[in-house]
Amino acid sequence: MESNTLQKKKATRNAAATHKKRSNMSLILHRLAQDKVAMVALGVLVFLVIISIAAPLIAPYDPYEIDVTAAKQAPSAAHIFGTDSMGRDIFSRILYGGRYSLALGFCGSLFTAVIGTVLGTIIGYYGGAIDNFFMRICDVWQAIPGQLLAIVISTVLGGGFINTVLAMSIGGIPMSIRSTRAMCLKEREMDYLEAAVSYDCSKTKIMFKHMLPNIISPTIVGTTMSVGGTIMGAAGLSFIGLGIQAPTPEWGAMLSDARSMALLYPYMMIFPGLMIAITVLAINLFGDGLRDAMDPKLKN
Amino acid sequence: MWKYIVKRLLGLVLVIFCVAIIIFTIMYFVPGDPALTVLGSTSTVEEREAYRESLGLNDPFLVQLGRYLYQTFIQFDLGTSYISKAPVVSEFASRLPRTLALGLICLFVNVVVGIPLGIVCALDRGKVADHLISVLAMVGVAIPGFWLAMLMVQLFSQTLGWLPAMGISSWKSWIMPIIAGSLGGIANNLRTTRSAVLEVMNSDYVITARAKGLEEGKVTYLHMLPNACIPILSQLGGQFGQVIAGTVIIETVFTFPGIGTYMLSGISNRDYPVVRGCVLLLAIFSASAVLLVDLIYGLIDPRIRAQYISYASGKGGKGSGK
Repeated sequence: MESNTLQKKKATRNAAATHKKRSNMSLILHRLAQDKVAMVALGVLVFLVIISIAAPLIAPYDPYEIDVTAAKQAPSAAHIFGTDSMGRDIFSRILYGGRYSLALGFCGSLFTAVIGTVLGTIIGYYGGAIDNFFMRICDVWQAIPGQLLAIVISTVLGGGFINTVLAMSIGGIPMSIRSTRAMCLKEREMDYLEAAVSYDCSKTKIMFKHMLPNIISPTIVGTTMSVGGTIMGAAGLSFIGLGIQAPTPEWGAMLSDARSMALLYPYMMIFPGLMIAITVLAINLFGDGLRDAMDPKLKN
Repeated sequence: MWKYIVKRLLGLVLVIFCVAIIIFTIMYFVPGDPALTVLGSTSTVEEREAYRESLGLNDPFLVQLGRYLYQTFIQFDLGTSYISKAPVVSEFASRLPRTLALGLICLFVNVVVGIPLGIVCALDRGKVADHLISVLAMVGVAIPGFWLAMLMVQLFSQTLGWLPAMGISSWKSWIMPIIAGSLGGIANNLRTTRSAVLEVMNSDYVITARAKGLEEGKVTYLHMLPNACIPILSQLGGQFGQVIAGTVIIETVFTFPGIGTYMLSGISNRDYPVVRGCVLLLAIFSASAVLLVDLIYGLIDPRIRAQYISYASGKGGKGSGK
């Protein structure tokens, strides 16, 4: 076991030596490109994004078109995923639904990360009383479980895309603040910051030009990993009737629709759930690969 | 240590007080009119106005907030449901134990299934068992619990007829909600445990233990696992909150008569006291779980305990500790 580790360490060192002249970013991309699982996951994700964007070109039917004569048909050549209770083509709805589900996941996680990182950097930089104050706020904020907070906020704001993004992201912000702040507190002790302070660098510049780039990689990995959770959480919200509302073809809302029909028409709930699972799986696998590429020490 | 516990408990009370204020404020802005839901659309404007007046919904925000806080924290009264006219507390008495039991059982399953599997993976790293279990865990994280619940209902209730699809008629009714509620947690715990064990595997003290000729079994059980478990255990408090929040959605699938279904009915009926009470209680339980785990964590890990003592007494590690 030890010799194995030693060899690995050596290999990493050698690799580092060969790529000495490369920038950090291209090194990361190079390592990521070597990771087959991550590349396959990325391929799946790109594919999902493309078919969602190109939905109008691919979809054989209008996702909103109600056709009572074709209602509740099991998968067939004409409707490969079948039709729902109102005769809408499930395949077309899944394609369009990808737009909502993917966008909800990315926007929700990005919003959390941006707010959390900016606040966390400021709090971590100033420390002291400001830090104490915001940490107590985070204590209260985190006392309400994220999904529960999302439900309550979604109730207040109502359905719709932007409101669901807000509902999904607000619960995650304190966690993001905390982790950024913890990293900033460590960075503050570094020599380069002392140097920056000594030649009278402005505070904003120190925070966002010196500190932030040094703590950004764990943030990027964390954000990527959280996208899957956000997609699932948003689907859960739509499932219980909050968040994205019917007849919008969001995957969670489609599952909610299918639930009332599940007794007699179980095929209706298979595909939307499957799409959520595939998407989340691909995002998580890519996130794992990204983490390993950014910090090879963590690779197990 | 006692000083620290008291301090943390007071902190908890303060946090819960603030949570109550926040929840009240959020719910204050919920659109929709409870008078309309209760009296129906056939009621006259005057009737609705009189109803709102009788509930005190026309008072200024601060008056309503003050009344709510007084009722909640001084009288321990969570209000009366607008719809059923029953006190929220009495409804909780029957529902809360079910949701808490479901949450605790899910958490228990998360731990007793997830952690050992993670250890197996780490110890057998790179072998068939590790690959197989890791792939399953990856998939487990990605499957939405409520979708799994629907699929299980289809298979075990509709097709095979083994388990009841809804309600809680017997112990059998608990099986599917528990599986659906713990799948994600098991997979998460497994992954965390696997990387935690792998991390300590190459630490200096494990290498030292091996170097001094300790048997492999002792190295694993006395040196590696206890240290690897610390970061996992520290997550459990937060996980309880997640599980409890997750059961809100799982309960919907099974029409499980717990806090989740009660809260969602409260949301759709604009029944503010019900929603406020549910969120507040669930927040109290999840915050208490975090505190409890923090304290236990301190008892297990001497390093944390040392910090506690210096933190509480301010004398840098003096004092008996327990």
